Amino acid sequence: MKNAATPSKALIYAGLGFIALLQLLPFYFGLTTASKPKTDLSSPWVFPGEIHWANFQTAMQQGHILQAIGNSALVTVVSTVLVCVLGAFTAYPLARRITRGNQLVYACIISLIMIPPLSVLVPLYTLMKDLGGLNTHWGIIVLMVTGNLPLAVFLYTAFMRSLPVSIEEAATVDGAGPLQMLFRIVFPMLRPVTATVAILAGVGIWNEFALSTYFLRTDETRTIAPAVAGFFASQGSNPGAAAAASLLSVVPVLLAYLFLQRSFIKGMVAGSLK
Amino acid sequence: MTVTPTPDPTDTVAVVAPGRRLNSATRGIFPRRLNWFYVPALVLFAVFSIYPLISGVSLSLTNWNGYSRSRAFVGFDNYLRLLDDEVFRTAMVNTLIYGVGSTLIQQVLGLGLAVVLDRIARGSSLLRAVIYLPVMVSPVVLGTMYYLIFRYNNGALNDVRALFGGEQVAWLADAGVGIAVIVIVNSLQFVGISMVIYLAGLQGVPTEYYEAAQLDGATWWQRFRSITVPLLQPAFATSIVLNLIGGLKLFDVVQVLTGGGPGQSTHSVSTLIGETYFSNQAAGYSAAIGVVLFVLIVAVTFVLNSLLNRKRVEL
Repeated sequence: MKNAATPSKALIYAGLGFIALLQLLPFYFGLTTASKPKTDLSSPWVFPGEIHWANFQTAMQQGHILQAIGNSALVTVVSTVLVCVLGAFTAYPLARRITRGNQLVYACIISLIMIPPLSVLVPLYTLMKDLGGLNTHWGIIVLMVTGNLPLAVFLYTAFMRSLPVSIEEAATVDGAGPLQMLFRIVFPMLRPVTATVAILAGVGIWNEFALSTYFLRTDETRTIAPAVAGFFASQGSNPGAAAAASLLSVVPVLLAYLFLQRSFIKGMVAGSLK
Repeated sequence: MTVTPTPDPTDTVAVVAPGRRLNSATRGIFPRRLNWFYVPALVLFAVFSIYPLISGVSLSLTNWNGYSRSRAFVGFDNYLRLLDDEVFRTAMVNTLIYGVGSTLIQQVLGLGLAVVLDRIARGSSLLRAVIYLPVMVSPVVLGTMYYLIFRYNNGALNDVRALFGGEQVAWLADAGVGIAVIVIVNSLQFVGISMVIYLAGLQGVPTEYYEAAQLDGATWWQRFRSITVPLLQPAFATSIVLNLIGGLKLFDVVQVLTGGGPGQSTHSVSTLIGETYFSNQAAGYSAAIGVVLFVLIVAVTFVLNSLLNRKRVEL
């Protein structure tokens, strides 16, 4: 009972294949450009006969890409852990003590999600300068935690409210205090939502550029996105090295995506839908 | 656009499930001192979110240059200046184009992809993963790679033109083309998000509806229009809010692909704030643009949320 107006399977696959190739195309050009010496003026469509590794060397030595990857790893891991821990702590009373006051606190925290990072650039930069947090990792970590925490609180609160109270009731009867209850009873139940929060915050922080480009200006502290952008801007005549830097910076994310693809997509969607 | 999910700040009441309110039974288990748990976060927000917002408004009323010790109160001068500022007006228009343009492309393409992906069995998850891939990558990195397509010498696009005897074009040297390229790059990068939102929505449509419609002799298009589209209402709302707000905040792609140039013609409001502060050393003026951006995003969020009356898609 095939309907005449139904697009045929072949057409569907052709269309989907085209979009998928389109999505891979920039990476392909990145790869071909990074694999050619500066003197090779062949089209980026053409794959080189042999791979020219010097571009990757230039990216590491002059672009400090490995250092930037290390910096990003540090900032991302510390910030993400803090977002998860602080998020769960903050959400617990908001989920379990639903009073007028707490509803107001909750509404205020959720409203903070709307602040575009650049809209407070001047006052935030001035504040960080006064606190001595410019070009420091603690400075950018504080900003990343503050920026990602409202959404984490939102996700944790929603999840905690869906958990039955009965387990905590039983624990209270057994004489557990609030801290004990949080650590022994509640935290172990938070696994699924913690995965979502960690993925959302982790990817966002690893890729963050808008603030880190202004707050981290030394090679020693720069994270990966501003490092690639800075190197790209300085290598106008050497796109091969810039492409190599871009490719190197993608490797950690790609590896994570390859192994955790399902939970990545699910986590990102869950975060956007809630 | 960065992936910034936007829960609706106006619907806190809806989140509170009935019957879960604090009563005498739960009051004992969750004593008042539990509230201490959110105090550290509140301190953090007070210092690094609320204080900057307030201090931004007060800085926007001065002529501060960003480093000098002196600054004078100038009232609303900065805001009045914005009204006559050609560069700001361009950035504002561009920002709307980035936001609305990306939103349109992402809805059409994302919904199209979702509909066809939903119909095929083989290779569906692989295709989905590939189309979603750029979401994971930094816009800076993706912008760098797209530059290889649009640059003048050895650009992939110019090489294709050369193949057909066309002339080399300096694509990004033209404001109009630059704006279009930025919209396309941003749309393609994040189309995966719309796609998976619509896929999740489609999976919630009961197949019996389609079967019944088919029995009644409805064509594919009729079924799509009268069953799929209305039932996807919540998905539309979610995806549109997410894409529009993300597009209005656009910074990374603009910064990397054009740096706001040629001239000042492709700036978004976000990139203009950075340039006004650091290159033009007009901190007070930059703070004023920041306040405008903040108000714009808040206004759009509230208008959209009330217009779309959004409900949630279950995954």
